[in-house]
Amino acid sequence: MERLTGAEILWDCLVREGVTDVFGYPGGAILPSYDAMLKYPIRHVLVRHEQGATHMADGYARASGRVGVAIATSGPGATNMVTGIATAMMDSVPIVCITGQVGSKLIGTDAFQETDITGITLPVTKHNYLVTRADEVAPTIREAFLVARSGRPGPVLIDITKDAQQSSCLYDWDAAAPSESVVRAGTPPTDTSLRQALELIRQAERPLVLAGHGILLAEATEEFRQFVDTTGIPVAVTLLGIGALPASHPSNLGMMGMHGEAWVNTAIQEADLLIALGMRFDDRVTGNLKTYAVNAKKIHVDIDPAEIGKNVPVDVGIASDLRDVLRAWQPSLGRLQLGGWYDRITELKGDSAVRDIQNMPDDGHLYAAHVIHDIWRVTEGRAIVVTDVGQHQMWEAQYYRHEQPRSLITSGGLGTMGFALPAAIGAKIACPDAEVWVVVGDGGFQMTMCELATIAQENVKINIAIINNGYLGMVRQWQEFFYDRRYAATPLLSPDFVKLAQAFGIEAHRVEARRDVVPTVEAARRHPGTVLLDFRVEQEDSVFPMVPAGADLHRMIRRPTPLAETGADR
Amino acid sequence: MLITYVVHVEDKPGVLNRVASLVRRRGYNIESLTVGHTDTPGISRITLVVDADPSAAARIEANLYKLVHVRRVENVTALPTVYRYLALIKVTATVETRTQIMQIVDVFRARVVDVATDSLMIEVTGTDDKIDGLLEILRPFGLLEVARTGQLAMTRGNLPRAASTERHAPEAEPVDAAISFSV
Repeated sequence: MERLTGAEILWDCLVREGVTDVFGYPGGAILPSYDAMLKYPIRHVLVRHEQGATHMADGYARASGRVGVAIATSGPGATNMVTGIATAMMDSVPIVCITGQVGSKLIGTDAFQETDITGITLPVTKHNYLVTRADEVAPTIREAFLVARSGRPGPVLIDITKDAQQSSCLYDWDAAAPSESVVRAGTPPTDTSLRQALELIRQAERPLVLAGHGILLAEATEEFRQFVDTTGIPVAVTLLGIGALPASHPSNLGMMGMHGEAWVNTAIQEADLLIALGMRFDDRVTGNLKTYAVNAKKIHVDIDPAEIGKNVPVDVGIASDLRDVLRAWQPSLGRLQLGGWYDRITELKGDSAVRDIQNMPDDGHLYAAHVIHDIWRVTEGRAIVVTDVGQHQMWEAQYYRHEQPRSLITSGGLGTMGFALPAAIGAKIACPDAEVWVVVGDGGFQMTMCELATIAQENVKINIAIINNGYLGMVRQWQEFFYDRRYAATPLLSPDFVKLAQAFGIEAHRVEARRDVVPTVEAARRHPGTVLLDFRVEQEDSVFPMVPAGADLHRMIRRPTPLAETGADR
Repeated sequence: MLITYVVHVEDKPGVLNRVASLVRRRGYNIESLTVGHTDTPGISRITLVVDADPSAAARIEANLYKLVHVRRVENVTALPTVYRYLALIKVTATVETRTQIMQIVDVFRARVVDVATDSLMIEVTGTDDKIDGLLEILRPFGLLEVARTGQLAMTRGNLPRAASTERHAPEAEPVDAAISFSV
């Protein structure tokens, strides 16, 4: 046991929790901790905005499975983190955010840079803490990491007063061990529920697995693959479930939902059994709940019991660790006779290939789908791709075929524009050997482009593909479809991104023709530093298919046939 | 319908805020909430009444249990349970009406806890209906002040912990017997 300041205890605990990198921005109330940081083996990444710090911690956690850490000062430093915390909450990402707070004597006095950040973040954190004494630091940090990563993971915020950082106390790591009572890790599945589920699986003629983020969070991709290989049941993935099964796997049908594959959505509507694994029947994947998969029995496995029966009534609900459930099922599984069902799915694919923009003749226009398809071809589906929010996000999900788990990092639940660039920095720092691509729109990029300076200062190598169509594209698409093309506030004037990148000392190129995509992407990969590519794509292209918000899942707006589309272009 | 939960929480700063905020965030109204210490140091007991349908009731319970400081949640709505409110009532009492009021107080098995020259303070415990009834009878005398607590609830007998037990989430919705949860 030794006598340390609260600030020293903070860093010692972080180091013992396995933290090697933190993302942050200093300020008055957190200064004692920054001062102590220099003594500890921690890489601090100086961000340009605290929102970036939280997204970096988020990308770090999603890419590696380790807890990401962000740090900021009180007041505005803390409030700037809120968007990133809410993003992590919606997507169940384990991050720990540390904020400085004014001295404990000043709390409640509207002191300079005082804000009630534990009150503000209460609904968007899994849990949060206000620490006012040095001897509370160690138990709080240890409990926070346990809470963040156990059960359904999520963000935890620790607000530490300046005097708690400055004062000293006897520090004993072992005595600060957290109580297991804070863990909400589900319960072992009961035999009855496992048997009931297996019975439904055995009887099914048109079963479909709905694979979600939970498979990745539970580290259950191996078990899941065995389940699929043994039973032969086809799989539809959610946006965050991409990577749970390799895209090239014959049972992987593709993404479901608002911009999912048409045959996947129709198959869900025709299925007689849905096996939902680690997904939460979000409104973006179900469409109208009243008409959603009405003929299907439903098995729902999720570690969070509050998700079971929330949106969709289920026949068997199992609130347990997904890996435990898959392991318990495995010995009793057998091959299902699904020839007819696969034939039907093939039939459903129908003219999809013809409608696919990928198969349209090159008419001189550069489409976002082409750019993403080419990035996929060049990187062989093995890069970590971090996307922002909007049309490019959906095109990436459709055209980049991910082969590995944790290789698509995107803000699904909250839909946070500005997420991609900082999250990619975090992902690269977590996985320095991985090839990291940012796919981002011209709108979202401008929300957090200040982090280009972080890239330059920290010498981070990523590749940035801006899908630049001169619009807030997804909003424009909604205006085109549902608001008679009245483009209110969606045309977007952007700076010259190439010159902008160059101002940060970052290599950059503009690409306007399809033939230039592959060579530029290849060159970017070879370049030792970060490269920004400004892809000038078709301005008014839309993402198809599309289930309008709240519509029946099988009533999709389809891409017009190629003849009509290219006829206008010529 | 009104759903009554007994929630055992760690006695930490802000825990009441967390419980109340959760119910608000999920879109429900709190009908009644009481909180107090238990015989276990560090553990407080919240009795929470929320207006919700049975399927929402199970989700509220599961969500409550997700709070780190919540140790146990019991939905006692369908269990044999004793419910009690407490009220303090100050009523105008002249020399002429005092005896009359004290007789009413006896009938309601309430107690007079303070006597002043022109008023009486009455303490009454019981169900909501009983307290409403007493108030109606006393109203003509002139109610000066009324303070009522929220509801307390305790299940009868020493039954094994029903539905939701420590560290576990709720059972299936009672509406559909075919649903089985492993929790």
